[in-house]
Amino acid sequence: MLTFFENIGRGLRLKITRLGAATRLFFTIISYSSESFKRFNLTIREIYFTGVLSLIIIIVSAFFVGMVLGLQGYYTLQKYGSSEAIGVLVALALVRELGPVVTALLFAGRAGTAITAEIGLMKATEQLSAMEMMAVSPVARIVAPRFWAGIITMPLLASIFSMVGIIGGYVVAVPLIGVDEGAFWSQMQANVDFSYDIVNGFIKSLVFGIACTIIALFEGYDAPPTAEGVSRATTRTVVTSSLAVLGLDFVLTSFMLSV
Amino acid sequence: MKKDLIVSIKDLAFGYAERQIHRKINMNFHRGKVVAIMGGSGCGKTTILRLIGGQIKPTSGQVEVDGKIVHEQGRKGIYELRRKMGMLFQHGALFSDLSVYENVAFPIREHTDLNEAVIKDLVLMKLNAVGLRGAHNLMPTELSGGMARRVALARAVALDPDIIMYDEPFAGLDPISMGVICDLIRTLNDALGATSIIVTHDVTETFAFADYIYFIADGIVAAEGSPSDLKKSQLPFVKQFIYSEKDGPVPFHYQANEYISDLGL
Ligand SMILES: Nc1ncnc2c1ncn2[C@@H]1O[C@H](COP(=O)(O)OP(=O)(O)O)[C@@H](O)[C@H]1O
Ligand SMILES: [Mg+2]
Repeated sequence: MLTFFENIGRGLRLKITRLGAATRLFFTIISYSSESFKRFNLTIREIYFTGVLSLIIIIVSAFFVGMVLGLQGYYTLQKYGSSEAIGVLVALALVRELGPVVTALLFAGRAGTAITAEIGLMKATEQLSAMEMMAVSPVARIVAPRFWAGIITMPLLASIFSMVGIIGGYVVAVPLIGVDEGAFWSQMQANVDFSYDIVNGFIKSLVFGIACTIIALFEGYDAPPTAEGVSRATTRTVVTSSLAVLGLDFVLTSFMLSV
Repeated sequence: MKKDLIVSIKDLAFGYAERQIHRKINMNFHRGKVVAIMGGSGCGKTTILRLIGGQIKPTSGQVEVDGKIVHEQGRKGIYELRRKMGMLFQHGALFSDLSVYENVAFPIREHTDLNEAVIKDLVLMKLNAVGLRGAHNLMPTELSGGMARRVALARAVALDPDIIMYDEPFAGLDPISMGVICDLIRTLNDALGATSIIVTHDVTETFAFADYIYFIADGIVAAEGSPSDLKKSQLPFVKQFIYSEKDGPVPFHYQANEYISDLGL
């Protein structure tokens, strides 16, 4: 019986230790950031890898999510005779929730895993140690640029997601179903508030960006330097990031709605 | 006049969490010499190199590099010391996303403001010294094990270090590459006027070219001396190592229960 509670306790302590270590990595990154900003081209390179190369999956997913929203929204709204409100529904769902959240989930799977695997392998093959021995800080040279790239990329990807999703919703609602085009856009314009909906969506994606990137970086940096260690760390990146995004989304949403 | 003693290790003790690795190590490395550290796998050879490089701190005792105590240096001080060191990692540790050329250029770009033309000359010179000038466009994955290690060597000496550390430079190499690396260690050492510290367990090669050898066992220096002295040594441990006897002071069996009781008889 005791060992059962001992195991729970040990597991919990391990989780808390890792959370602490990740937080420390976060502050280390911040303290090294001025050094890596001097070489901003390193960050630009990472923006290309995490951002530009994620574009395809973001755009395709967004288009389908938007189309499904259009279909589902139309069938519910028409029961209440307000099918012109479809534009508002699609836009609000995307800008407030689906844009930031689905983008973050896709980001964790596409870019997060790549970051973890790359850093984990660099560690396993002693590349990070070699860098340290060359008097170059791996945090400044490798970790910090990926961190800033993630933070810059996530809100941009989320806004692209929302935009493409709206186009997807439009394609279903207007040409396919035949909702009035003017009503579609004008209702959207009238009911989507910039400082409330769009800024809140932006804040969400920024927070998700920090969470997903720091998790991916930490898992890679902390991975045991073996093939098995790196593969487990990669899995953990996806699981932890996804849970973190959904949990944070609930917290942020409840704050935003209560303001 | 530069001090003759460039690295000295005094009463060094070190351990990971629950395991003591070094109990009391004393070593001296003189300028211009090729010194080997030998011992069985897991006896803490690599750890000594990491202690010299300041990647980990000793539990007690100290490592002095060029008159400075390593573990008392801040980040700046340690980085300053490391710029006098070059290290060849066991598997080369080349940056896999950079070409051979960029790998060798890496430390030069990070630590100097030289212009591209000068960097190019330097890089090609270093690559030429290890015989791989022609391979500068290749990626690390396209190199054989021996070539990768030579590129890593070119990178390690890119900034003309005073101390070059080698972690098992011969492990996993064919005899030809092994001979090539042997020669390179000696030539580079003498050309740069550097001090080489070589961690290895290849007896034949090491005895052929090292100036001085330390044997570690059980966390202490078990024997030391020039190769010719050690060959004459009557210490059972040294004899076992040199003549690769399977069982001796270093047991073949890992500590275990009585065989009979493990079998349940
Ligand atoms: N980061 C670490 N944490 C815990 N133990 C370690 C770590 N690195 C090495 N060790 C242990 O320290 C011992 C000495 O390692 P090392 O210096 O690499 O030996 P070697 O003489 O083979 O180079 C080994 O038994 C190894 O398992
Ligand atoms: Mg070793």
